[in-house]
Amino acid sequence: MDYSAIDPALLLATLMISATPILLAAIGELVVEKAGVLNLGVEGMMITGAICGFAIAVESGNPFLGLIAAALAGAALSLVFAFLTQILLSNQVATGLALTLFGLGLSSLIGKPYAGIKPPASPRLDIPLLSDIPVLGPILFRHDPMVYVSLALVAAVWFFLKYTRAGLILRAVGENHDAAHALGYKVVRIRFLAIMFGGACAGLGGAYLSLIRVPQWTEGMTAGAGWIALALVVFASWRPWRVLLGAYLFGGITVLQLNLQAAGLAIPVEYLSMSPYIVTILVLVYISARKGRGNLDAPASLGRTFHATH
Amino acid sequence: MKRRTFLASAALALGIAGAGAALAEEKMKAGFVYVGPVGDFGWTYQHDQGRQAVKAEYGDKVETTFVENVPEGADAERVMTQMALGGADIIFATSFGYMDAVQKVAKKFPNVKFEHATGYKRADNVATYSARFYEGRAVIGTIAGRMTKTNKIGYIASFPIPEVIRGINAAYIHAKKVNPDVEFKIVWVYTWFDPAKEADAATALIEQGVDIIMQHTDSPAAMTIAEEKGIMAFGQASDMSQFGPNAQLTAIIDNWAPYYVERVGAVMDGSWKSQDTWHGFKEGMVQLAPYSSKVPSEVQAEADAMKQAIIEGSYHPFTGPLNKQDGTPWLKEGEVADDGTLAGMNFYVEGIEGEIPQ
Repeated sequence: MDYSAIDPALLLATLMISATPILLAAIGELVVEKAGVLNLGVEGMMITGAICGFAIAVESGNPFLGLIAAALAGAALSLVFAFLTQILLSNQVATGLALTLFGLGLSSLIGKPYAGIKPPASPRLDIPLLSDIPVLGPILFRHDPMVYVSLALVAAVWFFLKYTRAGLILRAVGENHDAAHALGYKVVRIRFLAIMFGGACAGLGGAYLSLIRVPQWTEGMTAGAGWIALALVVFASWRPWRVLLGAYLFGGITVLQLNLQAAGLAIPVEYLSMSPYIVTILVLVYISARKGRGNLDAPASLGRTFHATH
Repeated sequence: MKRRTFLASAALALGIAGAGAALAEEKMKAGFVYVGPVGDFGWTYQHDQGRQAVKAEYGDKVETTFVENVPEGADAERVMTQMALGGADIIFATSFGYMDAVQKVAKKFPNVKFEHATGYKRADNVATYSARFYEGRAVIGTIAGRMTKTNKIGYIASFPIPEVIRGINAAYIHAKKVNPDVEFKIVWVYTWFDPAKEADAATALIEQGVDIIMQHTDSPAAMTIAEEKGIMAFGQASDMSQFGPNAQLTAIIDNWAPYYVERVGAVMDGSWKSQDTWHGFKEGMVQLAPYSSKVPSEVQAEADAMKQAIIEGSYHPFTGPLNKQDGTPWLKEGEVADDGTLAGMNFYVEGIEGEIPQ
């Protein structure tokens, strides 16, 4: 055993990269669910974003354009979901599952010519003075811009939901769509916007995977990250900062357990492998339970179909 | 009147059914069950190359179908049952974890032939087949031992099954033989296909100082990371040089095509029998990708010589003296491991650190 081989600074830096895709997808889904819509198509939107971002980045040679394309693609796919569930009033769970299957198939189709191609390298932010600080430099200041974007997004969502009037309206729609409707708020329009935001975030998360974290295109490369993101929103009891905590915990322990294995820790590998799931669930459940409330803060109208009768 | 119409339509229906059966008899159906996507550029990709070879060989006489991304477990049973009900004459189940599902479905459909890759349970209508990947592992182990500068070699392992353990042992024995200072760092990722996790495992290994990565997972993610970080790696199941033009030293290539063509042909002419096939370099089921120019010519020659000796049968990668990890003797001087022990290998050889997950 040689724990000195594990460099904590490198580990923390890798943790942030590893957690960013699920963080992006989860923060988007949080907004969707806060508006009272359950979109189980996160995985499908992620993988569609992954391939669209990859394709555009390769064609244009610009990873930044790729990320924008990924967000647009995710939003476009989510529009299908929004149309089916909000206009045609289809079942949200079934439609979301269908969206995942559709996204996986669509991405394989689009991705056929892109397998085995190298995407253009994404620039890493190397802030001259800050990145030279020992320990903190590599952890905080040498990432690609998307890591900071994801953090900023969490802060923005938190601020939006908590302190803005628009955020209050969005939450009202999610808590009681009939009341919100009676007050004159456009429930369907607000939900459309929320669903599109969720789609764009999921698309970005997918593109982060195919452009920066792995960087390559392989069919089915999200391999369940969308489902982790969905679970994270529930375990974080619909709070933005807890989503961040959950994502970093999950990403961090995933990376840590691989490092511990490589260092030869004498704990059975099975326990190490399940640790990211267990620890994330335990910590978030503990936080939720601490307040002594049985209620998990789920938006009251979550998953319910809204049909304006008057 | 009514009865007559009924009889007439019943006769018509029977006639159609009969014609359908006749049509189905002409065309043979072969089904393939894959654990990953056909575009993984690794394990499943190679199996699908085999399926395409069957199509090319027999043309209109055979109809091939495949289902990709089939999880090992209850889903596999469902997919195979559906294939059998759909009239498949032979079903290739291409992952170790399908073993029990194959046995169950095979019992229900005694007239359908099943081929299970890398498994060891057979029945009258279940054959098993695998490749002696360990022969390739022995060669890449030798190359790795010669090429490493940090003397640390990373190994991304999937599941603790005999096939994977055999590969680790074969690579380790031969790396150690040419470089006594070599050390293996093994990471179990518990998945065949998850590019993000495979990439994370590669990153973790590189951060701990390995400069060569071997993998027993299906995607080229680790190769991509090796390329990015400027270290060396070996392709797995397929030539992965397009993902790591500078990183890949060589790759072990699984070549299933000749076997698939032969077995489908055997079903056609009625000569199919349950058997256990385990082919290696000699039969061409295991191949090596061209060496990278980074591999010095003397190392290439050494690798080629070993490959040749294995083909001729003058060398076996598991030749004694070899001890098990705990120091108990396994093979005496000059003794060669038998296939039974290899097929069920559940122990590390002496020198490897860490425990095999149970």
